[in-house]
Amino acid sequence: MTPSSINWFKFAAPARFYPLAGRLWPWFAAIGTLLGLVGLWISFFVAPTDFQQGEGYRIIFIHVPASWMSMFIYCVMAFYALLGVTFNTRLAGMMSSALAPTGALFAFLSLWTGALWGKPMWGTWWVWDARLTSELILFFLYVGYIALTAAIDDPRRADKAGFIVSLVGVVNVPVIYFSVKWWNTLHQGASVSLTKAPSMATTMLLGMLIMALAFWAYTIAMALYRVRAIILERERNATWVAELPEMKS
Amino acid sequence: MLRAHGLACDRGDRRLFSGVDLRVQPGEWLQVEGANGAGKTSLLRILAGLSPAAEGRIEWNESAVCDARDEYHARLLYLGHGPAIKDDLSGLENLQASAAIAGHPLEEGTALAALRRIGLRGREELPTRVLSQGQKRRVALARLLCSQARLWILDEPFVALDVAAVDQLCGILDEHLSRGGLLIFTSHQPVRLAGQGGCLRLGQ
Amino acid sequence: MNAFGSVLRRDLLLATRRKSEVLTALFFFMIVVSLFPLGIGPESAILRRIAPGVLWVAALLAAMLSLNRLFAGDYQDGTLEQLALSPTPLALLVGGKILAHWLTSGLPLVVLAPVLGLQFDLPAEALGVMMLSLLLGTPLLSLIGAIGAALTLGVRGGGVLLSLLVLPLYIPTLIFGAGAVEAYTAGLGAGANLSLLGALLALAVFFAPWAATAALRIALE
Repeated sequence: MTPSSINWFKFAAPARFYPLAGRLWPWFAAIGTLLGLVGLWISFFVAPTDFQQGEGYRIIFIHVPASWMSMFIYCVMAFYALLGVTFNTRLAGMMSSALAPTGALFAFLSLWTGALWGKPMWGTWWVWDARLTSELILFFLYVGYIALTAAIDDPRRADKAGFIVSLVGVVNVPVIYFSVKWWNTLHQGASVSLTKAPSMATTMLLGMLIMALAFWAYTIAMALYRVRAIILERERNATWVAELPEMKS
Repeated sequence: MLRAHGLACDRGDRRLFSGVDLRVQPGEWLQVEGANGAGKTSLLRILAGLSPAAEGRIEWNESAVCDARDEYHARLLYLGHGPAIKDDLSGLENLQASAAIAGHPLEEGTALAALRRIGLRGREELPTRVLSQGQKRRVALARLLCSQARLWILDEPFVALDVAAVDQLCGILDEHLSRGGLLIFTSHQPVRLAGQGGCLRLGQ
Repeated sequence: MNAFGSVLRRDLLLATRRKSEVLTALFFFMIVVSLFPLGIGPESAILRRIAPGVLWVAALLAAMLSLNRLFAGDYQDGTLEQLALSPTPLALLVGGKILAHWLTSGLPLVVLAPVLGLQFDLPAEALGVMMLSLLLGTPLLSLIGAIGAALTLGVRGGGVLLSLLVLPLYIPTLIFGAGAVEAYTAGLGAGANLSLLGALLALAVFFAPWAATAALRIALE
C-alpha cells in the first residue's frame, strides 16, 4: 500500500471519523439553509411566471432537485456498499444506513410534489408517467433497504445484507427505468414532462441548481449527523466513546 | 495437520473467547469443553470455515485455510447442531444426497451397509420422519462410516445416543484416528478414545 | 456437476414427497386469476384486455408463496451448512436449488396459464405468446426471488419483508412479460418484449445465484 492510499483510510475508523463529522456537519447545515433560502427566494420571487403553466410550475424547483437527489443518493449508497464489500470497512455500512432515510425522504418528496404539480397541469393527482413511476419504485427500493436492515439485529450482518440489497438495486434501477419507459410508450401515457418545462429561462435554471446544491448540503449534513448517532450506538462499549466529553456530562 | 493461532470470536458486543491456539496432528483428537454459551459451537464453526474469526488464523498443512477453501473443505467433514436430515426422505436417500454434496457420491450398496452397521437395519427405506430422535442422529452419524475426509469436526456427536450407540460411535472414532485421521469434537461427558488427545477448555 | 445434480434431484424428490405445498401455490394462482372476472364483470372485451396483466400479477404472487421455503428448511436443519462446506462452489449448488424451485413452482404455471387464459377469452395465438412469455419470465422470478429469500433468512417477519424486497425487482419482468401478449394482440409483434425477457434471463442466470450465495453466507455467519 502506498502512503497516499493509507491517508484515504485514515478517517475510515469510526473513532477518527466521529469528531470529523462533528466538526463538519454544522457547516453543511448552515450552507444548506443559506442556499435553500436563496433558492426559494429565486424560485418564488425572481423567476418569471411561466406563460403556459402559470404559477404552478414553480414546484419544479423542489421537485426536480429532489428527484435528482433521490437517485443520486441511491448510487452513493451502492458506492459505499461496493467499498464495504471490497475493503470491509465498518464505516461504509454506517454511511450507507445513514444515507437511506434521507434518500427515501427525497423520493417521497419528489412523488408528493409530482402529485401536487400534476393536479393543475394534468387535472389528476397521479399520472402513470415513466419518471413518476420509476420514482415510486425507487421509493419502494429505499423502503425495502430500510426494512431489511432494521429487521436484522446484528449490525454487521445488517450492513452486509444492506450492501447486497443496494448493489442488486442499483443494477436494477436502469433496467426498471427503461422497462417503465418502454411500458409508457406502449400505453401512450402523458406526453407533458415535468423536467421539460417550456423554454427554460436562465433564472429558472439557476434557481434549480441552487436548490440542488442546497439539497446536497442538507444531505451531507444529515448523513454526518446521523452517522455520528450510529457510531455512538455501535461503539458504545469502546473506550474512546466513554472518554468523549459529551459522554461524561 | 490443523493449526490455529490466536482465534477470537465476537457475539454482538461481547467477546466470547480470544487467544485460542490449537494444534491437531494426524491420529490425534481434541475435545472442546466449556460451559453453555462459552463459544464451543462458534469455535467449531470458525474451524470449519463457516464463520469468520474476529482475529487469528487457521492453517491446514501449513497453508492458510482462507487461501485454499475448496481444498480444505474436500478434506473436511463437519456435523453441526442441525443433523442436516430431511424428514421426508429415507435414511438411504439422506445419506446418498449428503455424501454427493460432500463430493463423494455413494453406491447404494455402500450406503445401505453403513446404515445397517450403525443400527438401522430394516429402517433404511423409511422416511426419517417416523424414526426416533436417536435414530435420526444415527442416520447423520452414518455419514462418518462412508466418509473419506481426513479431518472430522463434530458438534455434540454423543447427544441423544443410547449407551450402545455411544460405544459404537467411540469405535468409529477410534478407527478414524487409527487411520491417521484428525478429530475435533465437543461433548459434555468425558470420552475415552484411543490415541493421543487433549482437552481445550473455553471460557476461563 | 455431480453435487449440482444431487441437490436438484433431492429438492425435486422432496417436492414430490410434499405435493400439497406445490399444489397450494398452483391453486392460489388459479383462485387469484378467477377472482378478477368476479370483481370486474364478465364482459369479454375487458377481460381480454386485462388477461395478460392479471395472469402475470398472479404468477408473481404465486411465486412469492413458495419463495419463503426455498432456503428456510435447509437453513433450519443444517443442510445449508453442508452445502456451504461442499467442495463444489456454493453458487452452483444454489443454482441447482433455484432450478428445482422453478421446475416445481414456475413450470406448472406455464402449463396452467393457457387453461386460465381461456377463462378470459384469449385467442389461441395469444395463449401461445402468453406461455412463451411465462416460460422465459418465470425462471427470472425464481432467480431474483432467490436473492430475496436468502437475504431474509432467519430475519424477523421474513415473509412480508421478502415481498417488499422482491416485488419491486419483479417489475421489469412483469412489464415485458405482460407487454409481450399485449403487443401481440395489438399487432405489434411480441419479438422485442420476448427478446428483452430473454436478455434479462441471461443476465439473471449469471448474477442471481452469485448474489444469493453472498446473502446465504451472511445468514450462515
